[in-house]
Parts: sequence; C-alpha cells; structure tokens
Amino acid sequence: MSVTILVPGVLRGDIEDQAKVRVDVGGTLGEVLDEVAARWPRFDRRIRDEQGQLRRYVNVFVDGEECRRLSGLATPVPDGTEIQVLPSVAGG
Amino acid sequence: MSVVLLIGTGKGLFVARSDDSRKTWDVSEALFPMTGVYAVGVDPRGERPRLLAGVSSSHFGPSVATSDDLGVTWQEPDGPALAFPADTDTSLERVWQLTPGPADRPGRVYAGVQPSALFVSDDGGSTFELVRGLWEHPHRKDWGAGFGGQAIHTILPDPADPDRVLVAMSTGGVYRTTDGGTTWAASNSGVKAYFLPDPWPEFGQCVHKVAGSPERLYLQNHHGVYRSDDGGAAWTSIADGLPSDFGFPIVVHPHRPDTVYVFPLKADAMRFPADGKCRVYRSDDAGATWTALADGLPDTPYYPAVLRDAMCTDTADPAGIYFGTRSGEVYASADDGDTWRQVAAHLPDVLCVRAVVA
Repeated sequence: MSVTILVPGVLRGDIEDQAKVRVDVGGTLGEVLDEVAARWPRFDRRIRDEQGQLRRYVNVFVDGEECRRLSGLATPVPDGTEIQVLPSVAGG
Repeated sequence: MSVVLLIGTGKGLFVARSDDSRKTWDVSEALFPMTGVYAVGVDPRGERPRLLAGVSSSHFGPSVATSDDLGVTWQEPDGPALAFPADTDTSLERVWQLTPGPADRPGRVYAGVQPSALFVSDDGGSTFELVRGLWEHPHRKDWGAGFGGQAIHTILPDPADPDRVLVAMSTGGVYRTTDGGTTWAASNSGVKAYFLPDPWPEFGQCVHKVAGSPERLYLQNHHGVYRSDDGGAAWTSIADGLPSDFGFPIVVHPHRPDTVYVFPLKADAMRFPADGKCRVYRSDDAGATWTALADGLPDTPYYPAVLRDAMCTDTADPAGIYFGTRSGEVYASADDGDTWRQVAAHLPDVLCVRAVVA
C-alpha cells in the first residue's frame, strides 16, 4: 500500500526539500494526511488547520480531481494514488 | 547606539537597522515574503533580545517565528506554536499581538489572536496555551467583528504584578484580570460606543489601541481618545485638543508617562489624516493639550493612514518614535518626535512596527 504526494515548490522547505514523497498508508485522504502530519508536521499545518480541515486556499487533487469535488478528506485513496497539493490562485 | 526596527507589512517582514544613533537606516529584503506580518514583538529580558513575528499566509495559515540574533535568522517550530484546542472547534486565523510578560516571569509571552482569544507561553514564545478564563467568558458570544476581523490586539501585563493583565479587542473593548487570567471583567467605563443603541455599554466598544503604564493608560477608540488614571477602571476624554478623535495607534513615551502620541484621521467615514497632512500629535500633559509634529514629514496633501500597531517607541532617551503608513513609508524621530526622517518608502502596506535598542 503506497501513495505518492506531489509537493508544490513553495512548501518543499517544510518537507525535507522533496518534490515528491511516498507514504505507505491508504484508506482515506484524511488518513494519508495524518501519516504525513506525523512525519512532517510543519508541512501538514501549512495545508490543514488545527482542527484538521483543509485550508481554504489549498487545493488537494486525488488522481487529478480536486478532493472537494469528491468526498473531501473522506475521499478513498487506493494503492498507487497520486495526491497533488497545489496552492489555489488567490491573493493580490 | 544601534537600533533595530521591525516593520511588519502586508507582504512580509522588513528589518531596518541604524548604527549611527537613528540617523540612517539599512532595510533588509522581505522576510517571510507574501505573508501578512500583523504582529511583531521584542522581548528584552534575556541576554539578547528575542524578536517575535506573527506571520499569516493567505494560503498556508498563521505561524509564529522567533529570532535571537536581531532578525538575521528566524526559527519556526515544526508543530503549531499556537493552536486552539480540539474542544473549542475553532481555528486560529491570525496573530495580532505578541507581548512579553513581566520581568519576574522569564519566558512568559502573551499572544492576542483572531478570533478574540488570549494565549500564553512560558517558553519564550515557542509554544502557547489558550487562556481559558477569557475564552469561556460569558460575554464572548456578543463580541463582534470589526472591519479588520475580531481580535485581541492589545495586551498590557502589569510589570509589577504577574496576576494583573489588561487586554483590548475590537470589538468588545477592554477586559482586565487580577487573578492571573482565571476571571476577567469588562473595563470600559466612560468609553463611548456611538454605533450601538446604548452608547455607554458595559462592553462592545471598538477600542483600537491601549498604551501606558499600569495605572496611567491611554486609549484610542473608534472615535474617542481617553485616559485612565486608575489602571483602566474609568476613562475620561482627552480628545478636546485634537483635530479629530478618530485614529488607530496610540503610544506613550518610554520615560515620560504624561507624553503620548497619536495619528488622527478625519473620521470613521473619512479615513484620511485629519489635516490632510502627515502629522503626528503629541501631548506632554497627559492629553490636556496637543501639538502637531511635522518637522521632516511630508508637507504635501497626504492620504495614507497609520494602523493600530504601526506606531511605536524605542527605550532610548530622548526616545525614538516610529510609524509606518498604508502606503509603505516608515518615518523615525530620534528626538521625542520633534523632527523626523524617512526610514523607508515603497514597502508594502505597513501593519506594525517595533523597535529595540541593540
């Protein structure tokens, strides 16, 4: 059981300067992010708040589909899934 | 004498340094670029001053960073320095204030945040805990949000009594504790809330900033400038000599408790400098009379405002007075406000400034 997480450039400093990390956990997107939080807590708090909710202007794509259009953090994450974290287009 | 001036802006933190008694300044590049730096703090109690910054990324949320080398390098904990406990079902939106505690509580730092809550740290600002006594106050459900959000933006610990702390929030007003934060009482007697049906409520005022010593305090309100001589129990207007009673910052001279500074704006509905010029107003008699300070400031028509934390003093004598504007200019006076020099221009909008004599 392994999933891949693609890391945006602006957050790589919070995850050991890696563009891509692999975690050996599946289930739901929330469970994958919990594993990420255990290993890289600073990266996790950039994308989720202290109540575990995705930050408003962070988008997380599960195999190319933004998770909010699926089941959010309850979206199933089967073996081999690619999760891509991207900041949304916002700000001035 | 060397002075370091922290300049928090809408798009990063700038560190200005003067090594010639505040005559000329070198300004760093943007640190924490593209974050709103709403709070900067200076904790002078250690061997070297500790600097603190509350940074907020619109994408990646809020965080608190510290520096022990006068702003050259900054550290952030891996976990959140500040986080609401799970049972509050609340998420931190922004850090608005970082204030060191009294001298006999080394390591104690307070944080005022949005939504309105007070946090306390006893490890120099690396980790904070929610002050439950204020969070669970029965008034909290009635505290409102101003245009900038609902936040505790002022924290004044009593330097001689660690159990006594004053906070102020917009909106909500002033609250005080005398038992170390277990219980809190509203303390707005005499402060007007013209925008409410009852303009003299127990709480609900839109206090913009409070400054001063434990007993003699000054308050810039959403219309209204006040003084208290009893630690905030009662407030009386000192606005008569000012061109306007609207504004955001208010600061007190570090060695003369009767000397106080404001930057008046025309009105709530007209947030331009009161005279149409860039003017700081100073009172040397605790608010009885006021003098416009303009020597060295722009003399052309002037529109930028100064936000609530964008004015400060240092601890030197004569004091350095500093302010930054929403148009990204920063000015400094090295002589109690009599004359001014420009420190920086063309920065992003200035949200806060704090100075430390290095």
